[in-house]
Amino acid sequence: MTLPLSFVFFVLLGLSVYFYYHAKSGIVRKAALLSDRTKALPSHYGQQSFLWAFIPSFLILLVLTIGGPNYIDQIFYNKIQELNPTFNESFVSLILAKVINVSNGKISTGEENIIMLAKDYKIAFEQLHFFRGLVVILCAALLGMIISYRQKPGSNAREQVEKFIVNIFFASAVIAIFTTVAIILSLFFEALRFFNLYNFFDFIFGLHWAPNVAIRTDQVAAEGSFGMIPVLLGTLLISFIAMCVAIPIGLFSAIYLAEFATPKIRDFVKPTLEILAGIPTVVYGYFAALTAAPFFREIGFSLGLDVSSESAIAAGAVMGIMIIPFISSLSDDVIRAVPQSLRDGSMGLGATKAETIYIVILPAAIPGLVGAVLLAVSRAIGETMIVVMAAGLSANLTVNPLESVTTVTVQIVSLLTGDTEFDDIKTLSAFGLGLALFFFTLLLNIFALSISRRLAERYD
Amino acid sequence: MTSKFRTKKVEVSYGDKKAIRDISLDIEKNIITALIGPSGCGKSTFLRCLNRMNDVIENCSIKGSIHLDEQDIYGPDIDPVELRARVGMVFQKANPFPKSIFDNIAYGPRIHGLASNDSELKDIVHNSLEKAGLMDEVKDRLNDQATGLSGGQQQRICIARAIAVSPEVILMDEPCSALDPIATAKIEELMNELCQSYTIIIVTHSMQQAARVSKKTAFFHLGDLIEYNDTDKIFTQPENQKTQDYITGRFG
Repeated sequence: MTLPLSFVFFVLLGLSVYFYYHAKSGIVRKAALLSDRTKALPSHYGQQSFLWAFIPSFLILLVLTIGGPNYIDQIFYNKIQELNPTFNESFVSLILAKVINVSNGKISTGEENIIMLAKDYKIAFEQLHFFRGLVVILCAALLGMIISYRQKPGSNAREQVEKFIVNIFFASAVIAIFTTVAIILSLFFEALRFFNLYNFFDFIFGLHWAPNVAIRTDQVAAEGSFGMIPVLLGTLLISFIAMCVAIPIGLFSAIYLAEFATPKIRDFVKPTLEILAGIPTVVYGYFAALTAAPFFREIGFSLGLDVSSESAIAAGAVMGIMIIPFISSLSDDVIRAVPQSLRDGSMGLGATKAETIYIVILPAAIPGLVGAVLLAVSRAIGETMIVVMAAGLSANLTVNPLESVTTVTVQIVSLLTGDTEFDDIKTLSAFGLGLALFFFTLLLNIFALSISRRLAERYD
Repeated sequence: MTSKFRTKKVEVSYGDKKAIRDISLDIEKNIITALIGPSGCGKSTFLRCLNRMNDVIENCSIKGSIHLDEQDIYGPDIDPVELRARVGMVFQKANPFPKSIFDNIAYGPRIHGLASNDSELKDIVHNSLEKAGLMDEVKDRLNDQATGLSGGQQQRICIARAIAVSPEVILMDEPCSALDPIATAKIEELMNELCQSYTIIIVTHSMQQAARVSKKTAFFHLGDLIEYNDTDKIFTQPENQKTQDYITGRFG
């Protein structure tokens, strides 16, 4: 008899729902018998029963599903080692993998021992599944019955349910923070491995980026050079161009939308702008490579300038267009959040609309505006696709927007795609770049927040 | 007696809904005129017509005529921005800008170019604060945020801010409704002093306040001007039954 995961889960859910209704109607009956009022709503008692039946059993299900197979593997690993004490660790693992594959029917083998072990392995799994199902369902039924029995009209079910909900919120916050920390740590440790192979200071101050090292010992290649400055400068240059495009257009359109547009125009313009945010970046990439780049090239030619076919300005400009909706939509909300009373006060003193906007409203909206721009900058710095397609891969140390440059994210992509080994200096340098990018955006955030705090005019 | 404002058959509607109808009254110079009436009677709407603050509100249309010193303020040659410099306004909720006290007062003079240099601007700010009776309270902290002051002080900042533009008329829309009695008393005292040089029109929910400060009172009800007379008359021998009912607290 097997009890698959989905079956167990749905039985568990069904039982919990049953206890919800059971407790809900039960408490009403109990209250009627005692001719008493329930302290909380009947549905609170139902929710309490549901939680008691569902949550502990679900946690058991989770533990058994994740930990059970590992436990079985460990047992079989030990068994194989006992049978053949001469085998070394990796060979035992190899045999174990074989056993698992045979038991799944993925491969077949003639080796008697393996077939025997595979059979045992399969039986062990079935036993685990059966045990899992039995424990979970029994636990749910038992806890559901206990809680339903113990609920009295005077017990405060609401308090417990609400406490539980608060804990869910707390757990969600902890998970969010925990995953962030985990990501940073993994980045950090991989980057450490890179800095074991390559000098830290050569990396952060190096002016030359040429990650092509010999992969095999018999290959002839230049010794790689991993100075991140050209790459970082490329990121800065393209982000700067993007900001030059996006901040004025985004901010001005937000001011127009918030202060001047009639509701009709607003209802049309705002969704249209937001469509821009829905276009996949790879489509912006086409646009940058096929339309914007030739356009800038031709303009450059007609002015007598030499524009590279993959230029920073094309990628930056298109990236700027991409982030306009972030700035305009958020800024619009922020500007509209400034209280009407401030506008009235200014108008009542005989200020024009323009004076009101730039002396009263914009200063009051600064923190939100900085937030909007910050979000857009981080989008620009993290953006990869447009740059891959329109700005190229060559790491030139330049601030000339007409030349081709590369960015941190593009380099990371090119370092990590294709056949790579994760103990290679070339591959590991991607993590160095990732860490540098992380610290860079972190610094940017701190800087922008401190500026906004200094400029902010708080209204209440 | 000279009239400062002369309104004829003023009618304001928001969309299809008429807020006030057929309001004709003359407002005298350099006295305090109170507009009273139950909520929704149109007194604030009427007040906002006097410096064209209703222009800001969408689908608000105004008929009839309003003259300020014999000049039609809805005429084609009138710039509402200039009008609002002549007819200042103080609102129900104190709304100082989230700037320093000094910058709040200096806001109007700066945008209208009333001061040619810093010392003149400083004089204007000091005079306005002096007139608003705030100088002693804030003289050491002109660079502090105005939003950090108490409610009554904030409202007096708003009055000082209006005075700084040297308007001819100050409109006050329930300026004391959010204040305690002590702060209210200070503002009423201030109004009494200010009315020697300014024409003041105040909308108030408090009949006692109208009786205390104003010389003339207009009673509005459901968008109509019911009665307009000397305050003493209105509160002692009203001509209209509705006025009688309202001031004796039978409705409203």
